Amino acid sequence: MSGFLATRRAPRLTRGRLIAALGGCLVVAAAVTLLAPLLGVEMTRSGRHFTWIDLSAIGDPDATDHQVFVLARLPRALAAMMVGAALAAAGCAFQALLRNPLAEPFTLGISSGSSLAAVLAIRLGLDGVLGGTGVGVAALFGAAASVTVVWRLGRVGRSLPPATLLLAGVTVAMLCAAASMLVQYTAEFAEVSRMVRWMMGGFEVVRYGTLLRAGVAIGIGLLILLSLARDLNALAAGAEAAASVGVSVGRAQSLVFIAASLLVGASIAIGGPIGFVGLMVPHALRALVGPDHRVLLPASMLAGGALLVLCDTFARLAIAPAQLPVGIVTALLGAPFFLMILVRGKRGAQLWGGG
Amino acid sequence: MIACEQVGFDYGTRAIVAGVSLEVGAGELCAVVGPNGAGKTTLVRILAGLLPAARGRVRVGDLDPATAPRREVARRLAYVPQLYELAFPFTVAEVVLMGRYAHRGGLGLEDDADLAAAHDAMRRCDVDDLEGRRFDTLSGGEQRRALLAQAFCQGAATIILDEPTAALDPAHAHAVMAALRATCADRGAAALVVTHDLNLAARWTDRVIVMARGAVAAAGPATEVLAAPATAAAFGVPLHVGTLPGGAAFVVPA
Repeated sequence: MSGFLATRRAPRLTRGRLIAALGGCLVVAAAVTLLAPLLGVEMTRSGRHFTWIDLSAIGDPDATDHQVFVLARLPRALAAMMVGAALAAAGCAFQALLRNPLAEPFTLGISSGSSLAAVLAIRLGLDGVLGGTGVGVAALFGAAASVTVVWRLGRVGRSLPPATLLLAGVTVAMLCAAASMLVQYTAEFAEVSRMVRWMMGGFEVVRYGTLLRAGVAIGIGLLILLSLARDLNALAAGAEAAASVGVSVGRAQSLVFIAASLLVGASIAIGGPIGFVGLMVPHALRALVGPDHRVLLPASMLAGGALLVLCDTFARLAIAPAQLPVGIVTALLGAPFFLMILVRGKRGAQLWGGG
Repeated sequence: MIACEQVGFDYGTRAIVAGVSLEVGAGELCAVVGPNGAGKTTLVRILAGLLPAARGRVRVGDLDPATAPRREVARRLAYVPQLYELAFPFTVAEVVLMGRYAHRGGLGLEDDADLAAAHDAMRRCDVDDLEGRRFDTLSGGEQRRALLAQAFCQGAATIILDEPTAALDPAHAHAVMAALRATCADRGAAALVVTHDLNLAARWTDRVIVMARGAVAAAGPATEVLAAPATAAAFGVPLHVGTLPGGAAFVVPA
């Protein structure tokens, strides 16, 4: 782990380093996503035991193991994979665009705006409309609306000063959080418990149809961000320096915001607001694979997905047969881990920026 | 290579740049000097297309840099700002290779031509042995030379540098100017350098443009311009100009 703190490292990204880093992340992500749904917990008289799905039963539609794997656990793992990838990629892109370590969907108000829309949808009894996807669709619109508001507020003429944008984002986040509380205050008890549960985040009930619809939005968002990898590298030196080497800064900023609202909106629609992945994963990965976004972005997607699958598996098994909300797990596991990296990074060189 | 006619720019009602015309041709190295607040940085940002001129015309090669696509401008003009702060721990090689942005697509890795350009640029700026060092751990002088290498690596016919020698000791300041001089002479580049170092301007440049209160106070060969009364008036201090044995001018406040 100490290698990345050295002042000398591989001078630049080579094909070999790219393949090694992404190959490693891909193997981990695939293994986690396929193995996690096989694991369960069984209650017997002698206590709780781990159980594995019987692989020979998969493919037999009548077998319980097949149904548990295919209908319950696999879509859940795929959902966690997609959402983790989306949140980590959005956080990574925002950190580069704003040159600020705190930038992520939560601090920019996107998650709060999306949550407010979802809470309103529950309050207005829209859960059941649009084939049961009413709350998800509301979350998507909430994300798009708050991105637009924060962006408009943060813009100064043709430029987008990071500090103004972050201030606008944090303020919108507070406003939306207060508005959400107000909605909860006026709601019936049953609605409140559904709202609170939704705001903790989770993947308990995910259908393949939802995965497909959200997957299209997330796929488009991820592709847009990947196409901007070199723009994000140049933007690390600021808008003016990036423009001097040929980046159309305005276009890159617009695309990052469009992609992020797709990613965050779709993520919240599937799993509710899940914190910390967007903040933590890019920081940890930057320390491991370097700051070049051509490797950092795809590695963050794969690692973010794998991390969220692990957290969701923990949430499913830790107090089985009951379940923890995954948002609690990401924060409880994520915060200490992140602080550990931060402290280690402080000792040698800085994790963020200057040395 | 780069030219402007009657360019003007205001902040509110205050004119920062007023009626500036200049032209820097192929193979020419020019300095822009002037007291603090004379509008030097605003002028070069307008020339680089980063700030739209309120009045007048700017040409970089065949383009108007304020309206042309940034990628096209970057192929013709490399601009190194006065302040350059990286948010991430990139290495020197990575920073230099950012200069190749305009020559490649969004995601691909650098090809042999990019790497050859980067190595050539790093050699000319004497940073080739620093390629694996983190940019943020370099000294101020090393950072400036790495940024000059990025500008060279961009392969543009016009180069604008805003105070490239401000943080440098005399030896490295001269090394930077010598590398720039060689690029103008050998490759026909046109270079415009904003500097406060009048002696560096006198020693290395073909022409000096003196700015005061947003306008050109004097322009021409260094020896003539630095001795002109308008230059002393612009700086608000009498200047003593002498000639070194080699023929170059030197200048000290009298």
